[in-house]
Amino acid sequence: MATEALDISGLDAYYGDSHVLHAVSFALKGGRLLGLLGRNGAGKTTCMATIMVMGFLKPRRGSISLYGENVAGLAPDAIARKGICLVPQGRRMFRTLTVRENLMVAAQARKAAGSGWSIDRVFELFPRLAERAAQLAGSLSGGEQQMLAIGRALMGNPRVLLMDEPSEGLAPQLVAEVGRTIAQLKAEGQSIVLVEQNIKLTLDLADDVVIMNTGRVVFRGSANEIKLDDAIVSQHLGVF
Amino acid sequence: MQWQFWIIQTLNSVAFGGLLFLLSSGFSLIFGLMRIPNLAHGAFFMLGAYFGFTLLQLKLQFWLAALAGGLGVGLIGIVMERFVLRRLAGNEQGQVLVTLGISFIIADICLLVWTGDPMPLSAPQALRPPLRFAGFAFPTYRLVVLAIALAAALALYLLMERTRLGAMIRAGVDDTEMARGVGIPVSRLFTTVFLLGATLAGVGGVLGGPILNAYPGLDTDMLPLALIVVILGGAGSLLGAFVGSFIVGFIYNFGIALVPDLAYFVLFLPMVLVLVFLPQGLFGRVQI
Repeated sequence: MATEALDISGLDAYYGDSHVLHAVSFALKGGRLLGLLGRNGAGKTTCMATIMVMGFLKPRRGSISLYGENVAGLAPDAIARKGICLVPQGRRMFRTLTVRENLMVAAQARKAAGSGWSIDRVFELFPRLAERAAQLAGSLSGGEQQMLAIGRALMGNPRVLLMDEPSEGLAPQLVAEVGRTIAQLKAEGQSIVLVEQNIKLTLDLADDVVIMNTGRVVFRGSANEIKLDDAIVSQHLGVF
Repeated sequence: MQWQFWIIQTLNSVAFGGLLFLLSSGFSLIFGLMRIPNLAHGAFFMLGAYFGFTLLQLKLQFWLAALAGGLGVGLIGIVMERFVLRRLAGNEQGQVLVTLGISFIIADICLLVWTGDPMPLSAPQALRPPLRFAGFAFPTYRLVVLAIALAAALALYLLMERTRLGAMIRAGVDDTEMARGVGIPVSRLFTTVFLLGATLAGVGGVLGGPILNAYPGLDTDMLPLALIVVILGGAGSLLGAFVGSFIVGFIYNFGIALVPDLAYFVLFLPMVLVLVFLPQGLFGRVQI
C-alpha cells in the first residue's frame, strides 16, 4: 500500500547457501515506531542488513517499498539517498574522521515536510557532540559514538530511520538518554524501525511490534497487546 | 668521500622522493579505497613519460606537455576503471590480475609505438643550467621537480582534509560498506580517485622523463618502488605516501651509490620487516 512508510513483503535472503530470512513481512506506517524484537540470532540485524543490502546480503525474493516505491536490491548508497537511513549495530563510526566530518559526509538534501537536518540541528539535539566537533570519532566514548551514529543517520534526512540496537553496550543512564532521544524523534513525526534486545525500552516507545525467530516473523501486533499479555513475550522471547 | 657527494646524493634522493610521491600517492589512495593494488600504475607512469616525449616532439611547451600527458593517462585510467574493473566489482583477485594484464598490454603497445630505444625527454631550456650556490652546482630541474611534488602534496592535503569530497574518500577508506550505507556514492568516488591517481602518475612520468628517460621496463622499475612506499607508509594514507616516498627515495639513491650490489636488499628489507611487524604501515589503517 502506498500509504505505508516501509512495507516489507515476503522477503527471503541467503548467506551463501544458508536460507536466513523466510518470507519476512511487516509494515511501518508513517510517523509511527515499529519495534522489532527477537532472541539473539533471530534474524533482526540480518533483516536490517538485507534492507540496506549490506554485509553480502541481498534480497533474493520479496519486495521492500518506501512510500510505495520498490527499493529492493538497489545499491546501498542509492537506498540511503532514497531516504532509508541506518543507525547500525556497533555504531560503525568513520573513526579517522572528526565528529563534524562524520556528519558532513552523510548529509543528503531532500525536499521533505518539516525542517531538514543540519549539523547545527544535530548539535542542538546532542550538545555533547558540539563540544567534541573537532575530535576524531574513534576517540569518543561509547555513548557519544551512539549519539554520533544517530546524528549521522539523521543527516541523511531519513524518511524511514532504521535503528539497530542503539542501547547495546550502554550504561543504564545512557540507555534512558537514547530512549528520550528516540521518543523526541518520534514526537517530531519520524518513522522509525527500532531493533532491540531491550524489551522494556522497545515497549515503552513502540506503537507496533514484530517478533522474529529463526528468520521468520512469529508475531505481529500492537505494543499494547504485548503489554497486556505476558504470554506473548514468554512464548516468543523466552524470558520472564 | 667528499661531502659534496652527500649533498648531491641527498638532493637527488629528495627529488626522486618527490617523483615517487606523484606516483605513489594515487596508488595509495586507490589501494586504500578499492582494496586493490593497481599493478598497472607503473605502466601509467611509463605511458606518461612516452606521451610527454611525443608531445615535446610536437613542440608543445614542457609544462603543457606534462599536463596533457597526465590527463591522457588519467582518461585511460577512467576507461579502465569504468569498463573493466567495475565489471569485476567484488572480485578483488580478478581485479588485481586484470591490472597486471593491462600493465603488460600497455608495455607492449609502448614497445610497438615508441620502439625499444630509450627516449630522452629534454627539461625546459631555462632549467638546464645548474643553480650555483656556496660553491656548489645544484641541478635546477630536480629542485623544480621537488617543488612541484611539494605543491602537489599540499594541494592533495587540502583536498583530502579540507573538502567534503576528501572526507568522503577518507570515509570510504575507513569503512567502504558503511560509506555506501550513509549514501556516499562510492562507485563514483572509485572513478574520481582512479582519475586522480592515474593523472598524477602520468604527470610524474612526464616530469621524471628528463631524469630517467622513457624506456621499456620503466614501468617494472617504478612499480615495486610504489609498492614499497605504500607498504611502508600505509595504504590509503596521504601522509604515509609522503613520508614513505622520501624514505624510499633516500634508501634507493644511497643504496645504489654506496652498496650497488645490495641495493635491492636494503630497499626490500624494510618492506619485509614492516609487513611482518606492522602490516598496516606507519600511518595506514588498511591491513595489506
